[in-house]
Amino acid sequence: MSTENSANVSRRQFITGAATAVAGLTVAPGVFLLKPAAAASGADPATRWGLLIDTNKCADGCTACVRACHEENGVRSMGRPKTDAQWIRKVNLTERETGHQHSLPVMCQHCEDPPCVDVCPTKASFIRPDGVVLVNKHTCIGCRYCMMACPYKARSFIHEPLTDQKPHAPRGKGTVESCTLCVHRIDRGERTTACVEACNKDGHQAMVFGDLNDPESEIARRLREEGSTAIRADLRLNPAVRYQGI
Amino acid sequence: MTAKIHFREIEGRSAGYLALLAGLLVLVGLGLLAAVLKGSYGHHITGMNNQVVWGLPHIFAIFLIVAASGALNAASFASVFGRVAYKPLARLSGLLAMTLLIGGLVILVLDLGRPDRLVVAMTHYNFKSIFAWNIFLYTGFLAVVAVYLWFMMERRMTRYVPVAGYGAFLWRLILTTGTGSIFGFLVAREAYDAAILAPMFIAMSFSLGMAVFILVVMAVFSGTGRPLGDLILRRMKNLLGIFVAGVLYFVLAYHLTNLYATRLHGIEAFVLLNGGIYTFLFWFVQIGLGSILPIVLLFHPVWSRARHVIAAAAGLVIVGGLAQLYVIVIGGQAYPLDLFPGYDTSSTFFDGVVASYTPSLPELMLGVGGAAFAFLLLAVVMKFLRILPTSLADQMVDPHVSGTASTAQSAPAGA
Repeated sequence: MSTENSANVSRRQFITGAATAVAGLTVAPGVFLLKPAAAASGADPATRWGLLIDTNKCADGCTACVRACHEENGVRSMGRPKTDAQWIRKVNLTERETGHQHSLPVMCQHCEDPPCVDVCPTKASFIRPDGVVLVNKHTCIGCRYCMMACPYKARSFIHEPLTDQKPHAPRGKGTVESCTLCVHRIDRGERTTACVEACNKDGHQAMVFGDLNDPESEIARRLREEGSTAIRADLRLNPAVRYQGI
Repeated sequence: MTAKIHFREIEGRSAGYLALLAGLLVLVGLGLLAAVLKGSYGHHITGMNNQVVWGLPHIFAIFLIVAASGALNAASFASVFGRVAYKPLARLSGLLAMTLLIGGLVILVLDLGRPDRLVVAMTHYNFKSIFAWNIFLYTGFLAVVAVYLWFMMERRMTRYVPVAGYGAFLWRLILTTGTGSIFGFLVAREAYDAAILAPMFIAMSFSLGMAVFILVVMAVFSGTGRPLGDLILRRMKNLLGIFVAGVLYFVLAYHLTNLYATRLHGIEAFVLLNGGIYTFLFWFVQIGLGSILPIVLLFHPVWSRARHVIAAAAGLVIVGGLAQLYVIVIGGQAYPLDLFPGYDTSSTFFDGVVASYTPSLPELMLGVGGAAFAFLLLAVVMKFLRILPTSLADQMVDPHVSGTASTAQSAPAGA
C-alpha cells in the first residue's frame, strides 16, 4: 500500500515537473532570446523625420524614387504583381471634375498615431522615438492585421522565400514590411533617403527629407511658409509625409 | 421537473463511427498538408495577395469562432434562462463550443506567415490591439467552458453550474464582441469602421451556432440510434428562425446607415448593385437562400414539421453565413481604399481598382481541415466522456407529454 502511494506521489511529481519543464521551454525563448531584438534604438526623441513631396515637380512616368528605394533595400519583383512587395509606388491621379492629371509617390506615411501600431498584437509594428514606423522582423507573426488597418496601402507581405537580402534591410517570408525611411542611413548619420537622392539626381527636386521638429531645417521652413496637405488628413493620424499640389 | 436524465458515452465501435473518424482524419491531414505547403512555398500559392490579405481560411476560422460562441446557446438556455428542456443538451452544447473554437483557432494559427512564432504571440502583448485581447478571450473561453462542463459532469459541483453558466454566457458575449470588433475597429476601410459590427456578429453567432448545433444534434442522435423527440427540435428550430431574423435586422440597419452617408455610397453600390460576385453572394446566397428561405421553411405550418426541412433550413443558414462572411471579409478588402477623394487613381500596386481574389485549393483544404478537426475532437471526446443523453424523447424534455407521445421514445425518426 505504502509503496503504491509513494509511486503515485512520484508519478504526480514527475507529471508536474514535466509540465513545468515543457511550459518553461515553450515560454523561455520568447522571454529571453527575443529581448535583444527589442532593445531600444539610438533614435533621438527630439527629432521627427519626415518627407515633403511637391507633386508639381514630380514628373509623370518618372519612377526614379521607386527604383532607387527597391534597389537600396533589395526589394525585387518575383514576376507576380499581385503578391510582389512595393515599398513605394507612383500613383496617377485624375481629378473627376476637371480631368486634371498628375502623379505622386506614396509610401508608408510614418504617422504620429499609426493604426498599424495600434492593431499589431505583438508590438512588432512600432514607432521609434524619432517618428520612424518600422516592423520588428523578429516578432512579426505574419497576421497581416496591420495591412488591414493601414489607410495608405503602404505595407507588403512577403509571399515567398527570399535570398540575398541586404544586411541593413532584413526581410523574410511570412512577415510584413514597408518603407523604413531608410532608417539605416539615419542611424549612420546620413541625412537623405534613397528616394530623395534619386529624385534630386534626376534634377526634379520634388522630394525633401528632414527633421520636422527642427525649425531651421528646409522641410520645416517650407512646410511653415508654403503649407502642405496630408493624405487622408480626415483620419488625423498626423503623417510625417506631406504633399504639396494635391 | 423533467424525468431523470442519463448520460452515456457513445459506443464508438460501429463501422459508421470508424468511417466518420477516418474521413475526418483524411480532411485534417489535407489541412495539415496545405499548411506545410504554405510554410514551404509561402502564401503566393494561395489566392491571397497584398490587396486581399485575408482569404478563405479566415472565413472558415471566423465562421467556426462565431459559431462556437453560438453553440453554447443550449447550455445558456438551461443554466442562465432556466429552460430545463435544454438541460440534457447542455454538455454537448459546451463541448461543441470548445471544439469549434479550437478548430477555428488552428486555422488562424496555421495561416500566419510565421506560425512557428506562436510563442511570440503569447509573450508579447499589445493591449491596444483587439487581436491581443482576442488571444485572452479565446483561451479564456476554453477555460471557462471547460470548468462549466466539469461542474455539469461532477455531481459535487452541480450547485455551482448556474454560476459557471452565467460566466460562460457573459464571456461568449464579450468574445463575439471582440471578433466583430476586429473589423469594427478598422478606421481605414469603408466597409468596416462601424460599431454595429460587434452586435451583428453576436446575432450571427446565435444563428450560426444554433444551425450547427441543430445539425450536430440530429446527426449524433440518429447516428447513435438514441431517441430524439420533436419537442426539443421544434423549440430549437423556432429559435433559429428568430435568430436569422435578428441577423437580418442588423444587416438592414448597417446598410441603411451607410446609405445615408454620401461618402459611403461607393462601397454600398459595390455590395448591393455592381460588385459582381459580392452582389450575387449578398442578395442571392446571404439574403435569399441563407435568410428568407430558411425563415419560410422554419415557420411554415406544414413544412416545418418535417425533420429534413429543419435540417435543410439549418444547412441553408450555414451557407448564408459563409456567404455573409465572404462579403464582409473579402468584399471589404476588394473595394479599393479611397486615398484621394474626388480623384480617379491608378498604379502598379492596384490603387483605385477592385482587387481580384480567387480562392485556392490549399486555402479550402486548410479551412475544411480546421472544421474537420473540430468535429473529430467532438466525436472522440463523446466516446470517452458522458456527454450525450441516452434519450431526448419528448417525455424526457417535457413530462406533460408523456401520456400522449409514449411512442416517440422508441421512434428515433419521430412523428
